[in-house]
Amino acid sequence: MLNWWLPENVSTYGEEIDWLFHLIYYITGAVFIIVTVAFLSFIVIYRDRPGRRARYTHGNTPLEIVWTVVPALILVVLTFLSVPAWSKIKMTMPQTDFVVQVTGKQFNWQVTYPGPDGQFGTADDKTFLDEMHVPVGKPIRINLKSQDVIHSFFVPQFRFKQDAVPGREIPQWFEVTKPGQYEVPCAELCGFGHSGMRAWIYAHSAEDYTKWAAENLRAGAAAAAPETKQEPEKPAAKTGGRAKQ
Amino acid sequence: MSAISATAHAHTAHAAHHEVGFVRTYIFSTDHKMIARQFLFLGLFMMIIGGLLALMVRWELAWPETPVPGLGSILTETGGILEPSQYNMAFTMHATLMIFFVIMPILAGAFGNFCIPLMIGARDMAFPFLNMLSFWVAALSGVLMLSGFFVPGGHAAAGWTSYAPLSAVPEYTGTNWGQNLWCISLFVLGVSSMMGAINYITTIINMRAPGMKLFRMPLVVWSLFITAILLLLALPVLTSGVAMLLFDRTLGTNWFKPSGGGEPLLWQHLFWYFGHPEVYILILPAMGIASEILPVFARKPIFGYHAMAFSMIAIAFLSWVVYGHHMFVSGMNPALGMSFMVTTMIIAVPSAIKTFNWLGTLWGGRIQLKVPMLNALAFVWMFVIGGLSGIFMASTPVDIYIQDTYFIVAHIHYVVFGGSIFGAFAAIYYWFPKMFGRLTNTALGHLHFWPTFVFFNLTFFPMHIIGVGGQMRRIYNPLQYEFLQHQQHWNVFITYSALLLGLSQIPFVINFFWSLFAGQKAPLNPWNSNTLEWTAPSPPPHLNWGPTVPTVYRGPYEYTSPESREDFLPQSQPPLVRAGAARH
Repeated sequence: MLNWWLPENVSTYGEEIDWLFHLIYYITGAVFIIVTVAFLSFIVIYRDRPGRRARYTHGNTPLEIVWTVVPALILVVLTFLSVPAWSKIKMTMPQTDFVVQVTGKQFNWQVTYPGPDGQFGTADDKTFLDEMHVPVGKPIRINLKSQDVIHSFFVPQFRFKQDAVPGREIPQWFEVTKPGQYEVPCAELCGFGHSGMRAWIYAHSAEDYTKWAAENLRAGAAAAAPETKQEPEKPAAKTGGRAKQ
Repeated sequence: MSAISATAHAHTAHAAHHEVGFVRTYIFSTDHKMIARQFLFLGLFMMIIGGLLALMVRWELAWPETPVPGLGSILTETGGILEPSQYNMAFTMHATLMIFFVIMPILAGAFGNFCIPLMIGARDMAFPFLNMLSFWVAALSGVLMLSGFFVPGGHAAAGWTSYAPLSAVPEYTGTNWGQNLWCISLFVLGVSSMMGAINYITTIINMRAPGMKLFRMPLVVWSLFITAILLLLALPVLTSGVAMLLFDRTLGTNWFKPSGGGEPLLWQHLFWYFGHPEVYILILPAMGIASEILPVFARKPIFGYHAMAFSMIAIAFLSWVVYGHHMFVSGMNPALGMSFMVTTMIIAVPSAIKTFNWLGTLWGGRIQLKVPMLNALAFVWMFVIGGLSGIFMASTPVDIYIQDTYFIVAHIHYVVFGGSIFGAFAAIYYWFPKMFGRLTNTALGHLHFWPTFVFFNLTFFPMHIIGVGGQMRRIYNPLQYEFLQHQQHWNVFITYSALLLGLSQIPFVINFFWSLFAGQKAPLNPWNSNTLEWTAPSPPPHLNWGPTVPTVYRGPYEYTSPESREDFLPQSQPPLVRAGAARH
């Protein structure tokens, strides 16, 4: 009930985003308090009273220079502090052998694993609907695509968001720090079913993930023991394949 | 100068020759003041529809999938429950109407038309016929936009930003003619805005009264001048964009559809290239209005007149190079995102300058808390919150998280409601006596302002909180998400506040119409202001002044000047050389 703030962060770079968020929060909060105190006290102190004349002044150049330069400096510092996190999250791709393909479509997320051969577009690809399993402590690369309209892959607890744009493949990454089950809503209006378009990411410990992968990603595994949770297998994979053409 | 007086003479002669009939006076009028009133009525009428749509959206968010009171008779199939596609239509049209048919017509249309000629000492706009055409084309655009509600498939439902390809392929939203009419209406409106903008720019450059140098112009005229330049250069981009979108939808072109080799991000670039200047088109006139009203009711010159004018010019120039901050996570090259972060941080500086100058104007003043002043002060204070929350989004890493959440919704409403709408209310209360020749009721003015201010904050401030909690915009039912369950009580709270905010507008409607017909007759200059419009009769006749237009001797904010025993010194009052000498 009183849980008013950012949701728990469980990704490696989420901390940097949260740190910047809080920094800006304290700076803007302080500015707001200073401005508000000045604003309200001026209204009270300089209210209209009989016999008082207003001060006749057109400005004060040194003062105006100060309040131009100080905000400018603060903003320059904020810009410089934002650059490293942005470069790390969006402009670099860590070395990883874990690649998943995520395709948005009205109104689901299709998650495709390359299967044992490590190649997408081959027969042993495994596609899950609205469900993704990843290990913790390892950078996960996702190649984000869309079949129809723009969707946005949003994982609040990872501080991850990226639009999926039809006609493009956008590589992104995250690394989870805590096992658990995390919601992935679509954050970009994508039609009447936008609300409720949602997947789950299951982050497992390394051992649990290996177990899950052995049961679900091995060739023929799905055919032998179809998991109840994963809905369409081959049909979804086929649709994904068709969209690529 | 001789050209101006010759024109004025010709006008006066023309007016004397034949009486203008009812139709030419009230409907197809070329008088800038009548056109201003027409724009004002258009904006206020659309505000009612836009507001009701907002309340429908709020109802759905607080009590998802329950019947909306009053809609039972319209949505008979569902018994008044909004379906997801209708919900999408409601928020799409709420934003479209509020931005294009409420704030733009009221601030740029009504007050642009009313203030520019009267405050620079011109008898009318440079092109009165074009001015009339501008209103009637806007009205046609409004009719086209409203007609979208009645076509099969419903109105546009792809958001006011209409991101392609959702908006470009009818099957993706299920709306066909609704979205087409949306495009056509905005295309037509673009033509109207262009006519208005050309008129404003020409009038301000060419038709200022003798002595009205550029840096003697009131800041509201400066703001409207800059707004007109932005309108002239930004709107055509949207106009072309919606034409391309319409062609994609109806003629089989592929500008934005990847299936045919098009590029969805092209739409976003075109849209935001227009869209960010648009935000300043909405806020600059309100900044001008506040800069006009604060000195009058603080009885003090504006603090840093030149800084105020130059900061608006800086905002206008920078507004072209910040638009990419809407697209940080859109798939645009992240290196480009970084440069847009730099420019976005820079554009916060002129806004900060303006805020501090407004504070400087209050400092040492003799502040009269009359109704226009209360609204102008609310503008300043709320704009501070809207400006500061913008810094969160400017930081690209933080924007990754808050993009497309309610934090953005809170921010935009602090800027366009807390900013533009309070600015519009301030302007309406301030210029009503001149516009309609009657005073508004002060008690009703307070009864409107205070609840509006309180419920505005109770409605929009908690949106920051649920946004930080992660609630996405444009979702139909927050309860579909587990991570949003714990903050649903805020959605209920916000909806109650929004309903009360809606009810708070009733005193305004009563005040407006009651004052229009039965208000006390307004004197020439009820607020003891310096600017030229207050030297014309209330309401000003056709061609505004008698045989000669006023001559300007000084800047617009000489309040409590030592040159005058009064606490104001009108721009058109000749310098009192004798009186000054006598006091020595």
